[in-house]
Amino acid sequence: MGESETATVGVVNGAPALGGFSKEKLLELLKQMLLYRRFEESAEEAYAIGKIGGFCHLHIGQEAAAAGCILPLRQDDYIIGSYREHTQALAKGLSPEAVMAELYGKASGTSGGVGGSMHIFGVDVGFMGGNGIVGAQAPLALGMAWAIHYRGSDQVCVCFLGDAAVNQGAFHESMNMAAIWNLPVIYVVENNAYGMGTKFSRMSDTEMVKKAAAHGVPATVVDGQDVMATYAHFDALIERVRGGAGAQFVDVECYRFKGHSMSDPVSGTYRSKEEVDDRTENADPIKLLRDRMFAAELLTGEELKVIDKEVRATVAAAVDFAEAAPEPEVDTLYENVYSEINPHGRLFFDGRGK
Amino acid sequence: MAAITYRDALNQALAEEMERDENVFLLGEEVAEYDGAYKVSKGLLERFGDKRVKDTPISELGFAGLGIGAAMVGLRPVVEFMTFNFSFLALDQVINTASKMLSMSGGQIGIPMVFRGPSGAALQLGAQHSQACETWYLHAPGIKVVTPSTPADAKGLLKAAIRDNDPVAFMEGELLYNVKGEVPDDADFVIPLGVADLKREGGDVSIITHGPMVHVALQAAAHLAKDGIEADVLDLRSLRPLDVDAILATVAKTNRAIYLEEGWPYLGVGAQIVSIIMEEAFDDLDAPVLRVTQADVPLPYNKKLEIWAKPGAARAVEACKKVLYV
Amino acid sequence: MEALSPTMEEGQVVKWLRSEGDGVSHGDVIAEIETDKATMELTARGDGVLRAILVPEGGTAPVGEVIALIGEPDEDISELQAAAVSAAAASRSGRGEGDETTAEGGVAAAVEGAAADDGAAAVNRAAGAKLADVATGSPAVSAAADEAIDGRVKASPVARRLAADSGVQLATVSGSGPAGRIVKRDVEAAIEAGPTAAPGRATPPMPAAPVLVPSGAEFEDIPLSQMRKTIARRLTQSIGPVPHFFLTIEVDMGRAMEARATINTMLEREGRKISLNDLIIRATAAALKRHPACNAHWLGDSIRRFNRVHIGVAVAVEDGLITPVIRDADLKGVAHIGAEIRELAGRAREKRLQPDEYTGATFSISNLGMFGIHEFTAVINPPEAGILAVGGVEQVPVVEAGEVVVRNRMKLTMSCDHRVIDGALGAAFLSTLKGMLEEPAAILV
Repeated sequence: MGESETATVGVVNGAPALGGFSKEKLLELLKQMLLYRRFEESAEEAYAIGKIGGFCHLHIGQEAAAAGCILPLRQDDYIIGSYREHTQALAKGLSPEAVMAELYGKASGTSGGVGGSMHIFGVDVGFMGGNGIVGAQAPLALGMAWAIHYRGSDQVCVCFLGDAAVNQGAFHESMNMAAIWNLPVIYVVENNAYGMGTKFSRMSDTEMVKKAAAHGVPATVVDGQDVMATYAHFDALIERVRGGAGAQFVDVECYRFKGHSMSDPVSGTYRSKEEVDDRTENADPIKLLRDRMFAAELLTGEELKVIDKEVRATVAAAVDFAEAAPEPEVDTLYENVYSEINPHGRLFFDGRGK
Repeated sequence: MAAITYRDALNQALAEEMERDENVFLLGEEVAEYDGAYKVSKGLLERFGDKRVKDTPISELGFAGLGIGAAMVGLRPVVEFMTFNFSFLALDQVINTASKMLSMSGGQIGIPMVFRGPSGAALQLGAQHSQACETWYLHAPGIKVVTPSTPADAKGLLKAAIRDNDPVAFMEGELLYNVKGEVPDDADFVIPLGVADLKREGGDVSIITHGPMVHVALQAAAHLAKDGIEADVLDLRSLRPLDVDAILATVAKTNRAIYLEEGWPYLGVGAQIVSIIMEEAFDDLDAPVLRVTQADVPLPYNKKLEIWAKPGAARAVEACKKVLYV
Repeated sequence: MEALSPTMEEGQVVKWLRSEGDGVSHGDVIAEIETDKATMELTARGDGVLRAILVPEGGTAPVGEVIALIGEPDEDISELQAAAVSAAAASRSGRGEGDETTAEGGVAAAVEGAAADDGAAAVNRAAGAKLADVATGSPAVSAAADEAIDGRVKASPVARRLAADSGVQLATVSGSGPAGRIVKRDVEAAIEAGPTAAPGRATPPMPAAPVLVPSGAEFEDIPLSQMRKTIARRLTQSIGPVPHFFLTIEVDMGRAMEARATINTMLEREGRKISLNDLIIRATAAALKRHPACNAHWLGDSIRRFNRVHIGVAVAVEDGLITPVIRDADLKGVAHIGAEIRELAGRAREKRLQPDEYTGATFSISNLGMFGIHEFTAVINPPEAGILAVGGVEQVPVVEAGEVVVRNRMKLTMSCDHRVIDGALGAAFLSTLKGMLEEPAAILV
């Protein structure tokens, strides 16, 4: 993770700038990342006291990847990801209230409480889901990109995967077809170097970017803890793909500060505590941006406090909303199994459905 | 009415639906340039172009997922599996995504698509190419399953399946593609899902079945008729949604039934049908419902062994006689 | 009060032979009781002291009621007394069912509560309640009663249902399915085989007379044949739930006998002849056509009125009876009917009737005239609504125009299911029938 040109202070459109970013933009990025961080911290607390059940995979430490990859997109672009997708959902435009309510399993959640942490969806804002099966989102992204191509639209589809997913057959089949048909899809690997508890290097003899080369898909690497670098990279890439550049592969190098899920250890057998502590201290994307902005006098400590307070209030409101929201009714179970209840014949065989 | 082959009936259905709705497209191995491994998509590439008739690499998981992803954003794909035997590769996408998407998304994302291809055995193709695959698609809620046995049913049901807003597994029969039958000339001949068809009427015993076995059932019924036994042959046509009323009606009429299917006995389609009959027509039964299925072994290559392992007319006749106590 | 005769319902204390406070031993005669048949001795069933006499001389008590108490000299019997008194009061207020009043220490006249005169219930006390239900014709419970008596019967669901609906007892059906499973066709066969019209009861019961008991076996138990079992069960099911009432009419058979003679003369050339019964059948069919409400079946939730007339004619066969059916009896000539009856009866006696030949009657006729019976009441074959019992033709003196003349008279008794046929309806039918027999030309109209 080296230095990039983004450290240059300058002026953009008359406002103080940093590396081509206006102050407004930088504040937006900072605030977004703070929102994601505070949201995930709240989710962590809620899980710890039993309000959220099942699996909960936190994105803490990877906020720059979410902000940098997603904020350049249009609302009508599609993204689809894995189960570590709460922040991506927020970045794409789902409300913190609706997402938290879904984590709480309430009827006001994004899926009415039926999906849970791994299955957040927001069709209206192009957020096409979290997925529980590693790599399954790759062919789905392919299909969405196919639909864009079929319709002759200039939308783009971004697919988020973890580093371990690149060993799934589904990933390779998708990359292959994306390449041969020149589809507008960007496969983004959030490479935090560990697939659950397994270091990537143990499971692959080839470098990450080479995975794409085998299929003829252009690949790039970016420092995923540096939100400015990530944002700039994606902003440009997305436009190129929108213009017909075809399938892309990006290795976004980042770091996961917490365990694979709430049920897994932060460190121990598979990575050292020292490593985690070091990264948490020195590679926190929020701290990195903050410090740059402090250095360029685009932000004061007081201003930051205000921003953080606002963000905390938003998240607290989301938690209150989730707490107060009603539980879903049992009947809803049968409502969304079939889009179409055929006029003839039986669809449910438990004696309880129709 | 014209007499056309099952294959041509499917071809017509595809063409008509693609004409009718520009969101409908076909993808799969060999569907375009090759005109389809079984020639079901013959002429479609010429007519509709290569965006709507797409050859894929041998990547069942990948292209099934492609179809599902496209359906998620509103297209209406028809994904061809060269045979459903190959679709096991795609089952993660079918079961974990297609069947569950609407539910997991709280109703936001439906999957209007069709998975189609032949299912079941042909002649001496060996164990891996001969499986009847209905059970795998029926077990998970969220997928509909259709098994036409005649050209008319094939056409009418494929059109309905394509128009249905849910994922439909449309299972054809390799040995049926050349079967000829009368198909109505209607400009828009559609058979709704969930309606069974009494292919033969008789009052003595009910043979309930689906797919290619319908023809075996009719053979068995002809044998029985020589002994003065007249069988109802009920072709379910649609396994989910299922025409339960038709099943109960035939059992009420004859008081005895057999289920004839191509697949294996354990958790086969018949096991579910028998359960329904037992629960809902118990007092109409004069005998237990017997099932005639494939032998509980992988299908062998050897010709005689294969014939022995398959559920043939003779076995169906025997089962009918058992439930008649003759 | 003990049951000192098989038909006793209550007894009268004629005399107490012991007094309160007397010691008694098991077997001592302590009272004389008059029953419906005779005066009988009441013996003590335990040892002790006659502590209380609850029914004085001249008093009556129903079978089962406590009439005296035997106990230890110093035993507290106040509770027993109170219980006995309240039980007596309850039974007098009309419940009438035998109470089970047993008490410790040997109580005289403690009787098992079975209502001894309810013949059906006497069979098995354990299934007593169920059998009572059987008598009321509840189909589901009759199946349960089968099992209570017979153990588990293997029958297919549809066979059970069919049997229950038709009143066939599964225990009487032999199963042709695997491991003896009773299947639909077995029950169908049983339904057809069901013997129908009961021979009826001759009205006065035989008086019990003392007999000199001969040496040798006192009795012979004859196992029930299937036919006998079926007759018993079906008639019990009929006379129980079917509310019978009876209409008797006397018919002058003069013109009918003339008609018979005329017809037989005509038939002589062909070597055929008819009987009076054939004419009666033909007339009955014609009368039923005029009164279709009597040509009906009770179906439980509806009445089925038939547009065709099929008359079941009771035929005595060895060990029982069967009812071959003359189909469309209103459309057949008397000679045809006669020939058909004789043919069917012949085969009936040889047990060679086909099911469709003894099922499907819309009305039945039973004629015991040839046995010298003047008049009798028959039991309806369910689900038919009526049956005609024909007595013999007798020469009787009657008064006509102030003079005593001899006429040939015959009594017809019609049993009607009151759920289907009301008195006036039945009476109208009989009136028509009488008219037809008294002037056979009316049959042709």
